[in-house]
Amino acid sequence: MLSLLTHIGRFTLRQLSEMGRMFLFLLAAIFLAFRPPAKIGLIIHHIKTIGVDSLSVVLLSGFFTGMVMGFQGYYSLRKFNAESWLGSAAALGLLRELGPVLSAFMVTGRTGSAMAAELGTMRATEQIDALYSMAINPIKYLVSPRIIAGLIAMPLLTAIFDVVGIYGAYLVGVGLLGVSSGSYFSGMESSVVFNDVYSGFMKSLSFGLIITWVCCYKGFHAPPMATGVSQATTESVVLSFVLILVWDYFLTSVML
Amino acid sequence: MIRVVDVHKSFGGQQVLKGVNLNFTTGKITTIVGTSGCGKTVLLKHLNALLLPDRGEVLVDDIDITKLRQKELYAMRGRFGVLFQGAALLDSMTIFDNVAFPLREKTRMGEPEMRKKVEERLDQVGLEGMGYKYPAELSGGMKKRAGLARALVMDPEIVLFDEPTTGLDPVLATGIHQLIARTQQAFGFTGVVVSHTIPQVFEISDYVAILADGVIEEAKPTKEFQASQNPVVQQFIKGEIEGPIRVL
Repeated sequence: MLSLLTHIGRFTLRQLSEMGRMFLFLLAAIFLAFRPPAKIGLIIHHIKTIGVDSLSVVLLSGFFTGMVMGFQGYYSLRKFNAESWLGSAAALGLLRELGPVLSAFMVTGRTGSAMAAELGTMRATEQIDALYSMAINPIKYLVSPRIIAGLIAMPLLTAIFDVVGIYGAYLVGVGLLGVSSGSYFSGMESSVVFNDVYSGFMKSLSFGLIITWVCCYKGFHAPPMATGVSQATTESVVLSFVLILVWDYFLTSVML
Repeated sequence: MIRVVDVHKSFGGQQVLKGVNLNFTTGKITTIVGTSGCGKTVLLKHLNALLLPDRGEVLVDDIDITKLRQKELYAMRGRFGVLFQGAALLDSMTIFDNVAFPLREKTRMGEPEMRKKVEERLDQVGLEGMGYKYPAELSGGMKKRAGLARALVMDPEIVLFDEPTTGLDPVLATGIHQLIARTQQAFGFTGVVVSHTIPQVFEISDYVAILADGVIEEAKPTKEFQASQNPVVQQFIKGEIEGPIRVL
């Protein structure tokens, strides 16, 4: 019994100290982001990596998510003779919930994992040590620009996901199932308010921070070996997914 | 003058350095030899505070670098150049950009002047005209030379070489040794070389120290070191299995 308690205690302490290290890492990255010189070139490069390179997967997943919403929404609303509200249901679902969460998942899988693997490899091949030895702060050089880029790219990708998803649902609802085009858009126009867009925007902004923070932290502190890099990549994706869902719950409960 | 005083370092309960004391003479090359995994690289990484000791001091011109604040430490690191074991070139950049990187990040040098300096360093290490290539396109020896060019581009007072010839054939290893000796004569830096390539490394060393079982067993001028009757030194030089150094 005592041994079990010891194990639980040790595990808890280890997790707490890991959380503390992660939080300090984030604070350092944010602090260094505001210290000159600004790494504009690097920020633009990472916006391209996170944003442009994830665009195809976000477009594809957004379109199919919208089409599924078209079918499922139509099926559910028909039971209440409310098919004309399909546009409203699809838009609210996408703007408030599915857009931010699913695009965050796509970016985590597409770019977050690559970020963790890249930094992990840099750790294993002493490139991070080389930056330290050249008196260059690797957190400022490698992490801060990625976090800023994540904050910029994630809301833009989410907006694209939302628009494509709404048109995906339109294609199915109006094109295949016969919902009137006018009622699709007028329902949307009458039910979507600024707070719905704002809530989705805030979620995507915080998910951008979570993905870049977690993936950079895991990669930056990867054990310097091949298995260390793969372990860091897996952990970064799993932890990002979990934190996205947990944070989504808190934000939803606050902003509903 | 760099002085290492009673440095202890452990990793996860395994004690690697058990009270290392060693002086590095200014303007000379000191080589640290020892068996693989004995802690040579760990000791080297203490010299510019890439690792901090659990106990002990690392003094550079009588300043204990283990107690410096971050800003002072970064200024101190600016006095060092490091050639890492695998060269540690940034693989997203060309060789030219790798060598130019410290100049771009740490100085306000104009582009024409910087270009001239980088090309001069690439020439000195025999990589003229290769600046457009990426690290992945270079052989092991070329990577080491590019790493050396980067280590020298800021005109450092002290250069640390972590196993500069590991993984290279004997001819190339001799070439790298000669390059180190030639650049040391040209720039006059204090060199610290970690190596187990003997006896070739003796040719470029002014002093040699042997690290065994977590302590410096012997540190002498090269000729005296080679003539030492210390059984640890003799076993290492002769490559014998039997002796005070536990091999397996």
